[in-house]
Amino acid sequence: MSPPLSYLDNAANAPLRPEAWEAMAPYYQGGLGNPSGSHRAARTARDALEGAREVIAGVCGVDPVEVVFTSGGTESDNAAIFGAVRAGYGIALCSAAEHHAVIESVRAAGGEIIPVTSDGAIDLDALAGTLDATAGIVSVMAVNNEVGTVSDLGAVARLVARHAPQALLHTDAVQAACGHDVAEICSHGSVVSLSSHKAGGPVGVGVLIVKRGVELSPFHLGGSQELGRRAGTQDVASAIGMAAAFAAAGAKWQEEAARLRRLRDALADEILSCVPDAIETVSRGQTSPSHCHVLLPGTNSEEVLFLLDEAGICASAASSCASGASEPSHVLAAMGIDPALATGGIRFSLGWATGEDDVQRVAEVIGPIVAKARS
Amino acid sequence: MSKRVLVAMSGGVDSSVAAAIAVDAGYEVSGVTLKLYDAPISRSSSGGCCSASDTDDARRVARQLGIDHHVFNFSERFAADVMDAYVQAHAEGRTPNPCIECNRHVKFAALADRARRLGFDLLVTGHHARVAELDGHLGLLRGLDATKDQSYVLSMLDQGGLSRLWLPVGEMTKDQVRARASELGLATAGKPDSLDTCFVTAAGGREQFLASRIRTTPARVVTTSGEEVGSVPAAELVTVGQRRGMPQVGNAQRRYAISVDLSRGEVIVGSESDLTVTSTTVENLSFLWRRPGPEELLQAQMSAHGRPIPARLQADTVVALEPHRRVAPGQTVALYRNEEVIGSGVAV
Repeated sequence: MSPPLSYLDNAANAPLRPEAWEAMAPYYQGGLGNPSGSHRAARTARDALEGAREVIAGVCGVDPVEVVFTSGGTESDNAAIFGAVRAGYGIALCSAAEHHAVIESVRAAGGEIIPVTSDGAIDLDALAGTLDATAGIVSVMAVNNEVGTVSDLGAVARLVARHAPQALLHTDAVQAACGHDVAEICSHGSVVSLSSHKAGGPVGVGVLIVKRGVELSPFHLGGSQELGRRAGTQDVASAIGMAAAFAAAGAKWQEEAARLRRLRDALADEILSCVPDAIETVSRGQTSPSHCHVLLPGTNSEEVLFLLDEAGICASAASSCASGASEPSHVLAAMGIDPALATGGIRFSLGWATGEDDVQRVAEVIGPIVAKARS
Repeated sequence: MSKRVLVAMSGGVDSSVAAAIAVDAGYEVSGVTLKLYDAPISRSSSGGCCSASDTDDARRVARQLGIDHHVFNFSERFAADVMDAYVQAHAEGRTPNPCIECNRHVKFAALADRARRLGFDLLVTGHHARVAELDGHLGLLRGLDATKDQSYVLSMLDQGGLSRLWLPVGEMTKDQVRARASELGLATAGKPDSLDTCFVTAAGGREQFLASRIRTTPARVVTTSGEEVGSVPAAELVTVGQRRGMPQVGNAQRRYAISVDLSRGEVIVGSESDLTVTSTTVENLSFLWRRPGPEELLQAQMSAHGRPIPARLQADTVVALEPHRRVAPGQTVALYRNEEVIGSGVAV
């Protein structure tokens, strides 16, 4: 298979940043020990791991002791929800547009799902009406993975503080790794999930930020790693890679946000000019600069994606099931979008490696592709 | 430019070999597996044709053959046109052919349309049947392997469908298909044939599948002379011609369900001779090419592997030249002229 000409699926997986690879590579070659050991090889590993933890803590504006390494976003979300419920905080709540990793954990833990507005943001009135003394953890994502809606976490935090001060605020910030102020996002919640590979780090590593004073019931048992909060030998090389990616993403996040915003709006403009009845799913004022989700009326996303792929463009629709088929989007359904229109939903997601030429490539082919899909 | 073909790969051996033949023929080949319903995630095949593990098998074969593999989600279409229709038919006391309805509404409608939109010249499936150019039209012929012939489930096709269809394994016996798969080392070479309706098998059987979806009606079992001889818990699950569960009476003669009257809550039983008919009224008649004349001698096949019976089609009635067991309402009657499929209808 030839490589893509235009990769616009960064929300699924961003290409590995060169700085991440350069930082990681030596740790695959040298004689690295288990960071829990006591000999020199172990101490070297431990030092590297703690260095990575400090870098990530710095980007997130938290204390290194608050950073728990996990295997990625899904584990972090599961660990947060089940960890809080099992520790006795109370009932779990989340928005209807959360990632499956949160929503299914909340359902499995017997929690409650709060509706969202037509822009995909949690309905604050409904949240206020639900919060009471039984609430244990409220999970609201920073940036919606499918449609790119940016949550007003400050407003959510204030509601939680007023109506359910005993409850933890958890934020799945997996999609906020590029072009967002991660430290600001982390300032609201007491528990935050982050993933490496959306920021250009390796797949298979992430963190759960657990603020001081929060005691979650550990999700993995069997060792005292991560201060007993996550048993299992840490993947040092991946942690190093994640730290390098976060450092790169965090250093110039404002510049990157502006660059991505220009590209994203140009992409949306091109799509709207080639497909006049296309609809931007989330208003420009509320979308992340890295997400361009559009509804293409009269099309089926599986067909549009097939034709885009054929033209060398990688994009996506809703999440995939075990077989690899596209599934109807629970996010679009929660936003109240007509199912027939939702069938034509396409996500283009931008990242550190996205450039003008990626946008141009879509502009060249999207008109004919939509016409074909409507034939 | 070589023709672009899309192979519908179920994860079974027939469609795997069909894909291999398409590759050998020099076409530009892509494989697709359809997601049709929510099968429980399982590492073993459900015996149907589209579980996640079957999709993995199809993907593995595609990788072996060096072709692209895609998964299309047609589960909404399948739910409406196949599963709901299956439930509805049972609720009305009919015994449907879901595989034919899947072919009619999903594989040779939704998938075929999509293949055309996506720029494919041909759709390939692993059915044991053949498409051939006959005088002035395209004909659908029985598969070369009479024991595996699947032309019955394709009897609802038309000229448009045939013009973009290629059935390469129809030219082979099943043994040849398996031998070819082994020779190529395909992962699916030794997979058993799927026998039953995919979504019903996945749900744990017909009764279990239907139990949660229809309100069943307890019925009295009465003889043709009106004598009540027993009862059944669910008249909707009784198929005309069924013997299992039918009470024996007096002379211990075998009793068959000869009709089901849901409005009266009655299953009428009788002897085999009461079940014997020579004509069958059909609806939804369709023809591969032309409607045959009323005097033309055809053969009627009443089930997937049933024995063809000499018959004529007169208006909406299939008139058999020899008595046969009554066809359960909802079943497809396929009409043949020797090896060629002429058309089909659904028994009322």
